[in-house]
This record gives sequence, C-alpha cells and structure tokens, in this order.
Amino acid sequence: MSPITAFPLRPARVHEACGPLAAALAAVSAAQSGGQILWLREAWRPESINPAGLAAYVDPSRLLLARTGNQTETLAVAEEGLRDGSVPLVVLELTAPLGLTAGRRLQLAAQAGQGTGLCLIPEGMGSPAAETRWHCSPLPDPGSAAGDSTLQRWRLIKNKSGTLGVWDVRWSPSARRLTVVSAARE
Amino acid sequence: MFDGARRRVVSLWFPRLASDRALRARPVAGPFALTLRADNTNRIHCLNPEAERRGLYRGMAFSDARAYCPELLSRLADPMADRRFLTGLRRWATRYCPWVGIEGDDGLVLDITGAAHLAGGEEAMLGDLRQRLCRGGLTVRIGLGDTRGAAWALAHHGEGVAPPGEALAVLGPLPVAGLRLDADSVTALQRLGLRTIAQLAAAARAPLARRFGPGLLMRLDQALGTQPEEISPQAEPPHYGLRMNLPEPIGLQADVMAGTARLLARLCDKLNRQETGARVLCLTLRRIDSQSRHVELRLARPMRDPARILPLFARGIDEVDAGFGIDQLRLEATQVEPLPVEQISHAGPDRQGRVADLITRIGARIGLENVQRFLPADSHIPERSFIIAPAAFSRPETGWNIPCPRPLIIFPPEAIAASGPRPPRHFRWRRMRLTTLRATGPERIAPEWWLDDENWRSGMRDYWRLETTEGRRLWLFHTPQNPGWFVQGEFP
Repeated sequence: MSPITAFPLRPARVHEACGPLAAALAAVSAAQSGGQILWLREAWRPESINPAGLAAYVDPSRLLLARTGNQTETLAVAEEGLRDGSVPLVVLELTAPLGLTAGRRLQLAAQAGQGTGLCLIPEGMGSPAAETRWHCSPLPDPGSAAGDSTLQRWRLIKNKSGTLGVWDVRWSPSARRLTVVSAARE
Repeated sequence: MFDGARRRVVSLWFPRLASDRALRARPVAGPFALTLRADNTNRIHCLNPEAERRGLYRGMAFSDARAYCPELLSRLADPMADRRFLTGLRRWATRYCPWVGIEGDDGLVLDITGAAHLAGGEEAMLGDLRQRLCRGGLTVRIGLGDTRGAAWALAHHGEGVAPPGEALAVLGPLPVAGLRLDADSVTALQRLGLRTIAQLAAAARAPLARRFGPGLLMRLDQALGTQPEEISPQAEPPHYGLRMNLPEPIGLQADVMAGTARLLARLCDKLNRQETGARVLCLTLRRIDSQSRHVELRLARPMRDPARILPLFARGIDEVDAGFGIDQLRLEATQVEPLPVEQISHAGPDRQGRVADLITRIGARIGLENVQRFLPADSHIPERSFIIAPAAFSRPETGWNIPCPRPLIIFPPEAIAASGPRPPRHFRWRRMRLTTLRATGPERIAPEWWLDDENWRSGMRDYWRLETTEGRRLWLFHTPQNPGWFVQGEFP
C-alpha cells in the first residue's frame, strides 16, 4: 500500500498533472507501469523530453512518441490509444483547456481500454472530467549529496474519489523507487 | 532413345533496345543517342539508325558526336529501366512458348520445341513475332536453329533459319564471332586463317584445344548440337493483386468491408504461401461513373493476418465517397517484405502485435513517420546523444550509456544575464528571480568539429547543474570562448 493516496494513478481513468515537474510525475508513472508508453506532443513545441534524462526512470526504448499537428489530433490519437488498451499508459501534453466533451470522451476511452491516461496541462487549465489533478514542483534539498537531489512536492489538488493531500517525495534512480520523505503540511 | 521431336530454339536480339525503349516513350525525328557516363566522360550508349548514318557509333565520346552532328538529340541512358523492359518482353514472349530465358543484356531465347504448330508453324510464328515487335517500335534480329548457339549465331550474324539437322550447312559461312567467343579468341582465330565456322569445324580439334583451351570447342559443339546447353526460364515473380467485379454496384460500408474481407483472405493465402507479409496495401474502389477511389494502408510491420488487417481498413473505407455505387474492388499489396513463419508463443497474448496495430492506426491519422521512438546515438553533444526514428521502421534498442545525470526536459538554449566562468549567484530566467543554492560542475563538452552545427559555433561549453533556493534545478552552460550563460534544461 503506497503512502500516497491515489498514487499509483488509478487505472482506466484519465488524470492531470501540472506544475514545473509534471513530466517527472509522468516518468514515475511510466516506471511503475509495464509495457510501452505512448507519449503525445505537438510537433511545434520547442522543449522536448530528453531520453538520457528519462533513462533514470524508465528504459527509453519503451517510449513511443507521436508528434501531432494540433490539440485535436492529440486528443484523437490519445482516444485511439486509450481505447485500444495495448499501451498501459498514454501521456498527452496539452496546450489548451479541455472541453467537457473532450474530457468525458477520454474517460470513456480509458474505461474501454483499461489503460491510464495522464494529461500534462499548463497550470490552471484543468478540466472537470479529470479523475485526479496533481501539482508537482521541485524543492530545494541542501541535505542530499550534490547532483543527487530529486526532492519534489506533489500536491493532490483534485480527487474525485478520496481526499486531497501534499507529499514530499524523492526518486532514487538506482533503486528506481519513489520514497515519501514526509507528509508535508499545508 | 526418344527422337520424336528435335529441339528448336529461337534467339531474339534487340540491337537497339535502349534507344528503342526511349523513343517508344517519346519519339523524336532525326538523329538520337543515349549517353552513359563511364570513365568520367559521357559516351554514346545506344543510338538510332539515323544517327548511325551520320557516322556516329557506340562508345564514341558524346562531345565528339555533337561536333560531328550538331543536331543530335540525346537523353541519359537508364540501364535499370532497360533491364526491366527486357524482363517485360520476356514475360510477353511466353505467349509463344513457356520456356523463355534472357540472353545477355539485349536478347531473349525461346525454346519453341513442340510449340511452333500452335502459331501455325515456324514460318508463321517468326513472322508474327517480327510483326508484333516492329509494331511496338523495336528493331529485332531473329535466328532459329536446333541449338541455342546456332540460333544466337544466326540472330547476330545475318538472320536466318537453320533447318533441322543442317546446322553446319547454314552456320558454315558465318564468321567465327558467331560462336559467342571473346574478342581475343576471334582475333587469334582470324590470324590463324580460320575466318568462318566451317573452316573452324574442319580444322583439327586437338591443336585448337591446346591453343585456345576447352572453351572454344565447347562453343562450337554447342552451336552444332553435339553438346547440350540448357535454357533457364525465369520464375514469374509473385503478383500480389486481386480484384472482384460485382454484378450490381454496392455502396454500404458493411458491403465494401465484406468484399474487402474476401479479397484479403485470398491475398493473405498467397502471402502465406510465399512467406511474405504486406507492408503497404492499396484498395482501389472503382465506381460506376468509372472514377476510382484509393484507400492506402501503410502497416507498422509486415502482416498477413486477414483478421487483423481488415479492421485497419475501416477508417479509410469510411472516408470514401461511394457516389452512385462501386462495381469493382481491387486489392494490391504494393510493398511486400519477407515474413518467415514464427513459433507461436504460449506465454500470454501478442502484445507487440497489438502495439504495431495501434501504430498503424495512429499512423493512418497523423502519418506513419510521426510515430517515433528514441534510439541511442554515440555522441556527447546532448542534442545528438539520441536519434528520433520512425517507430514503424526501427526496432527498439537498449544500451543507453549515460555517464552523467542529464535533465529530463531540454529546450533550445535561453540566454541569461551573467558573466564570469562561475555560475551567477542571482539571475533571472523566464521572469523568475532565482538564487543559486548549489552548483555542480563544470562538465566540459567540446563541439564535434567533424559536424558543422550552427548551435555549437560559439565553441565549447561548460555545463553546470544548478540547484536554486526556489527549488528549480536547471542545466546551465557557459561558453568560455564567446562568454555567455544559457539555460538548456531542467532536472526533476
């Protein structure tokens, strides 16, 4: 039993993550899922995920990237991937807020395929259909060895079936394990 | 021994195959030549009779030819296309007999034993051959004899027919070059005074064998029929195209899918027999207003399982406008790859296959080359330490060698205001005021001089991992040769 409620992410649902380290939450979820991961992003975005950095979480060869032209394509491909069920985790990088219909369609697709969806959204653009919403930000970590600090604060800011909470977590690249440092207070 | 039917062989020689093919496609009037670049000069590869009358010849330098004949028109030769054309002619020639082989670069050989009477006798068959080839715009020389050698000699040196059993009488006056000998042997034989095949056949064999080796006498015996020579017909390459004509036009999506399913079952049978898998499939739907609609399906990996391919067609067929109805379906595997039979694993369902199907479906929507995966690359430059390759045309590779921690997110370098070789104490980045808590580094990376990369023109880089009191962990670099500080990535 994980000390974090609602993590690992509930399967067959679509979740949301925002904040500077939303990609880290996606990487941790990828590390905890088996099989291939479908990662969708729009082709025009300048920043990209770095496989050398991702290797600390998950083998980059498990990643399938899809470069889409716009958000509509991203959503269509995500729905296809979730409904198919052959990939246990679909990560979408969104740039615009999701409408009610789009969010609900993603949930239905995830339910049909029993896969997990994770939308990486800009801050404050959450959709009402999301199962959970996380805010991930880094924390300074003077206590750890230099170059080794991975301390971050995960705030569960929306949860459809459970309570909210805040946790300070640390990822160990060698053990590939998430440790909860302490239940942070807010 | 059975001696009921003597072998009869036809040899066709197309002396101007390349130029005839080019002129068939686009006829021109006047002298014409095809040029081929060899030994760093353009030389004439093939030319038409008009150009030959002006004194041009094969192998002549093209600049000389143009000086002799300024109105010469020319095109580039395409030996591969000529070869394909000859292969097509070979296929066409099977209308006369089943045994047709290719002879060199510009000839065909037909074993018409027992097939001549079907075309009304040898005379009628040769007339028909010549007439059809001439109508197609091809110059042809035809020889008919008991053996491949005799037919070749007649085709290349004054056409003719050698009646059964009288090869020597007809071949006798022909020059020795008609025996498919190399140029040196021909010259040496002429110096000995043996100019014709009759003279060669009458000469003593033992001295000839000692002087020229067994090859010369083998060619002579093959031409005269005392030594057998086979004709190897080429196997037809398998054709992966099927069609279905419908008595009444159809328009419902379910009907088209049902028709496709029938075609697909037959196509997959064929693929199964050849142990190949389809990579690209093209479904052509002909409507009754004689327009066609094409549905192309590019698969993420070679497949031949009809039950799995059929659902992948659903999206493409859904988009087709059936108009007043569709009366012909045509399914062709336009790209085929070998797919050996594999042992079916009992350990769980085939997840890789399902992922490949998913890639196909996503690829149909956003383009198959936009579904990608990361492959490791051998470079210290952060942007080049990996390759992004289309997932459908690459295999996942492991072996990521990461000596130093790397950021999870990278972006094009963003300049910050700072100076000096040490990381700044305070700086602004993306409108945030950040204070350095701890800096780890530097890690010096030099540009790869063998690759000219515009982003690395500023020289080597000293990379630092900066932890800030605000929490953000950034990847900065300093360019000592062109002083400046940049942020390039973010650590989790």
